[in-house]
Amino acid sequence: MLVRLLRTYLAKYRTLLILVVALQAAQTIAALFLPALNADIIDRGIALGDTSFIWRHGAVMLGVSVAQIGLAIFAVYYGSKVAMAFGRDVRSALFHRVTEFSAREVTSFGPPSLITRVTNDVQQVQMLVQMTCTLLIATPFTAAGGLIMVLRLDAPLTLILAVAIPVLVISLGSIISRMIPTFRRMQVRIDDMNRVLREQITGIRVVRAFVREPFERERFGNSNDQLTSVALRGGRLMGLMFPTAIGIVNLSSVAAVYFGANRVGSGEMKIGALIAFLSYLLQILMSVMLATYMAALVPRAAVSAERIQQVLDTQSSVADGDNPTMVLPDHASVELRNAGFQYPGAEHPVLANVSFRCVAGQTTAIIGSTGSGKTTLISLVARLFDVTSGAVLINGVDIRELATDTLWQRIGLVPQRPYLFGGTVASNLRYGKPDATDDEVWRALEVAQASDFVREMPGGLEARIAQGGSNVSGGQRQRLAIARALIRKPDIFLFDDSLSALDMATDARLREALVPNTRDAAVLIVSQRVTSIKHADQILVLEDGEQVGLGTHAQLLKSCPTYVEIVNSQLTNDEVAA
Amino acid sequence: MNTPASPSPPPSGSSGELRGGRMNTIGVPTEKSNDFGLASRRLLGRLGPEKPKAVLVLLSGLVSAGLIVTGPKVLGNATNLIFDGLTGRDGSDGIDFAALHRVLWFAVGLYLVGYVFSYLQAFLLAGVVQRTMLRLRADVEDKLHTMPLSYLDGQARGDLLSRVTNDIDNVSQSMQQSLSQLLTGVFTITGTLIMMLLISWQLALVAIISVPLSIFVMKRIAGHSRSRFIAQWQHTGTLNAQVEETFTGHPIMKAFGRQREAQARFDATNDELYDASFSAQFISGCVQPATVLIGNLNYVAIAVLGGLKVANRSLGLGDVQAFIQYSRQFAQPLTQTASMINVLQSGIASAERVFEILDAPEQSADPTFHEATLARATVEPPERVGRIEFDDVSFSYRADTPLIEHLSLVAEPGQTVAIVGPTGAGKTTLVNLIMRFYELDAGRITLDGRDITTMRRYELRSQIGMVLQDAWLFGGTIRDNIAYGNVTATDEEVLAAAKACYVDRFVHSLPAGYDTVLDDDGSSVSAGERQLITIARAFLANPSILILDEATSSVDTRTEVLIQRAMSKLRGGRTSFVIAHRLSTIRDADTILVMDSGRIVEQGSHSELIARGGAYLALYNAQFSGAAVDVV
Repeated sequence: MLVRLLRTYLAKYRTLLILVVALQAAQTIAALFLPALNADIIDRGIALGDTSFIWRHGAVMLGVSVAQIGLAIFAVYYGSKVAMAFGRDVRSALFHRVTEFSAREVTSFGPPSLITRVTNDVQQVQMLVQMTCTLLIATPFTAAGGLIMVLRLDAPLTLILAVAIPVLVISLGSIISRMIPTFRRMQVRIDDMNRVLREQITGIRVVRAFVREPFERERFGNSNDQLTSVALRGGRLMGLMFPTAIGIVNLSSVAAVYFGANRVGSGEMKIGALIAFLSYLLQILMSVMLATYMAALVPRAAVSAERIQQVLDTQSSVADGDNPTMVLPDHASVELRNAGFQYPGAEHPVLANVSFRCVAGQTTAIIGSTGSGKTTLISLVARLFDVTSGAVLINGVDIRELATDTLWQRIGLVPQRPYLFGGTVASNLRYGKPDATDDEVWRALEVAQASDFVREMPGGLEARIAQGGSNVSGGQRQRLAIARALIRKPDIFLFDDSLSALDMATDARLREALVPNTRDAAVLIVSQRVTSIKHADQILVLEDGEQVGLGTHAQLLKSCPTYVEIVNSQLTNDEVAA
Repeated sequence: MNTPASPSPPPSGSSGELRGGRMNTIGVPTEKSNDFGLASRRLLGRLGPEKPKAVLVLLSGLVSAGLIVTGPKVLGNATNLIFDGLTGRDGSDGIDFAALHRVLWFAVGLYLVGYVFSYLQAFLLAGVVQRTMLRLRADVEDKLHTMPLSYLDGQARGDLLSRVTNDIDNVSQSMQQSLSQLLTGVFTITGTLIMMLLISWQLALVAIISVPLSIFVMKRIAGHSRSRFIAQWQHTGTLNAQVEETFTGHPIMKAFGRQREAQARFDATNDELYDASFSAQFISGCVQPATVLIGNLNYVAIAVLGGLKVANRSLGLGDVQAFIQYSRQFAQPLTQTASMINVLQSGIASAERVFEILDAPEQSADPTFHEATLARATVEPPERVGRIEFDDVSFSYRADTPLIEHLSLVAEPGQTVAIVGPTGAGKTTLVNLIMRFYELDAGRITLDGRDITTMRRYELRSQIGMVLQDAWLFGGTIRDNIAYGNVTATDEEVLAAAKACYVDRFVHSLPAGYDTVLDDDGSSVSAGERQLITIARAFLANPSILILDEATSSVDTRTEVLIQRAMSKLRGGRTSFVIAHRLSTIRDADTILVMDSGRIVEQGSHSELIARGGAYLALYNAQFSGAAVDVV
């Protein structure tokens, strides 16, 4: 998955990548050149007492250093460019894909998970690319180049590397391979502990009311202890890593001098070469170390890549056909013909065989217990996902043949959870109609019974709304969401249990005000309250996804036992009759 | 290994889903603390109980750095032996292998002992840091239970959560990371400096010059990159907020046909993020080559100057070799220390936010056992029956906006008192006062004749059972959640409570029955079922006083009937306070209080209040608006 993702999104930057590799190779060669020059200084300058040779070679070393840095900076420049562009492209592809998704795909992934994938997961993979381009690419060159240099200096001494490199890789590798699961477990325990804390804060009244502070302390204490024990293990492993690496490098140096002395003593090697050998040893082992550390990033990035690829590989179940209808007849209506929805692989349909028709100026109410399929029905009409059987018709046209834009222009949806966007009251209403004038905005607020509290908010129309609408109450949020739908003047209104947070009086006023404003539209309204819907033109009763009744309040009281049961659970006898 | 000195926050290791309230954990800027010195001293002060261990950490750090720093010098001596033997400088011919091997074994010994001590340092330090963090977390949790609710209410919940989770996490991660590296770094730098001075002060001078040079370069780069990093974090924040908003509001975006706008907006921010992060990464990426350059310039200078000195015999070749190693060792911890200071800063800033919690006010102390007993002795009758009296009670959350004023009422034992009224009338506040969640501004509340402030909180609260609007359950099994009401309850008692409150009926359709674990979002049971569990919890607690805050708007009507039935069963024989939204459910209450703006505007039974034709009747009619209601 990681390879596939990298291959797809790095293809565009092939030329830049080749450039980065070339620059890194060149700067590595330059760096490797320095100890060789130093060896010359020792063997030909110092040993022979030739000071001018020392100066000349010193100047060459200086030149090489500066050249190396120039190359390295270019490498970092292009490397960062590639990595950041890669991150940007993947993020963009993900975001575009998710915005194309229908509600069905979004629900199956879950919004929080999708958010993490676009932010955190992309970050992980991007970091790997960044590290690779700026650091990791250089390591094989350093290792290989260094090896060639030491082989040229003295082949037999190179055997030290044959021991040192595996020892280094194995010992660091075994520490890291213990660290990865330890840190993963640590993350789980951190999440556990945070969950306990979150529960304590949200449930603080219950904790205090039941005097369960001691129990909570113990519960927290356990999580805290568990976290500490795994964090301790992680900290100790991490503490082992650095001394081990340094220790192996240092002991290799001692070994090099030990065996090197013999070769120098027998005249098979020059002393300058021995010192250069020590430098190369250091450079090679350091790059091996770096590569081992980097390898630890790969598993995590691979997991992230898989999560990203899953999203990219998922197609939206709602998409425009080849020749979508762009124009709709004017007379508003909604019709369901044996409409049903079933998740693939699910035993029972969420909704089955629903048929009714609602025309302009009429209100159809939908009632039923939780899980009876009310919200699914609304989502099918809004084409947030598609029916799996039957059909939904808007103004007489099957919505699957319509261009999605044409459909959505005609819909005014007020969802069950009335989500508001960060911005102002006005910007939220203009989400419904971008070119609405202030007058239109006020009129919509008026009808939605929201103008009073908006007027009292600091700034009025320009009052800040926090993301999600968390700074206004539930009832205010619902009324703003209703205003947002009203301002569109749509053909079809979909109210999904949109008045639940209002008190009865406001609910009644709002319903009254809605009547003249929805005269030309077909209205579908989901509610739990019998009082809110009993005057609807027709009432659809759902139970377990089945249509068990359709008619007026009076008709259903006679014909539909489920409806009667619901009514009785809410109203007293005289209220039923009222 | 050179770590690029990017002032990035520690990777907070969020492996899976997001946690906590703070979304942008990936790109949190290195927040500056308000008073770095004070907060860091206080954090250091928390190491107090670990003092002996901390001293050991310092000692082993010193020993290991000393030993490891001596290594290159010893190796240099070995090289000197070889060089002198070759060039005949020591007068002998050939290398003195016996002396050479002695020196080399000595070096091996140094490195091994040094290794042991440096691991010892890291090992002990991990313990010191983790135990300190354990105590810090425990203190914060302790604090949560002693804060007055009025303080908690004033805090944004997300912010508080973020402090107790993300900030504590950040403190512990940055301490773990930075302390060890800072210690090693400082010791190594000092040790290396001493060794260099011992070998040749002239060469040492060359190396030392590179210190201000590299600090200067790093400062310049950091100065440039800071603004870019800030820009990167800001754009990351904006981008994450956009992603969160778009995905959470996904159905609205679709149904309102705003997909293309959302995409265009995202792409614009994404491009800005790219520009900012590219320049931030590039500039900070230059730190490494720049320090390498300084290191190399050092290397060249020492190779040349040292070479000249060896040529005129004022220095051994091995010393130059050692020097080259030292100068390399010198540059590296410098950059590392610099990057660790950034980590440390972000940790201290978090610590400061955590300390603010620890400094928050605490609720007034409970009376001592003695005082409580004394207060009990002076009051008649002593037996617990559940009579609650409000005597001229006034209360407000904020001094300038009075909420409850001069309120008096009596609830006789066994009576049901219903409280109705519009949102914001003070209904929930009233019952919270009985629990002593808040302190009164004036007046007093008595339980069976005793002022509740003379009781210990557990004594008061253990007599009261509460069912709240928001059905809070903790992440445990259904059985444990019911038993939350009474620790000493047997399994049979739990089962009996479950049966009485209709929990038993749905539990059997769950795969694990009573051992079903309720997770965070409680997806396995519905809202109504959760509410039934909270009722069973209160039932099991068997209190003499009950407080029921009805929550029915999100529950379907047939579950609601069950909840109503369970609640009325629970009320039997107990003094009950019921907050009702639907008036039809409280018709049978002994007393109905109609509240508005913190005052009781009407009080009486259902038929009395209807007959009076006041606020209660108006509320009653509003529930059936649009229809003429025929009231008897």
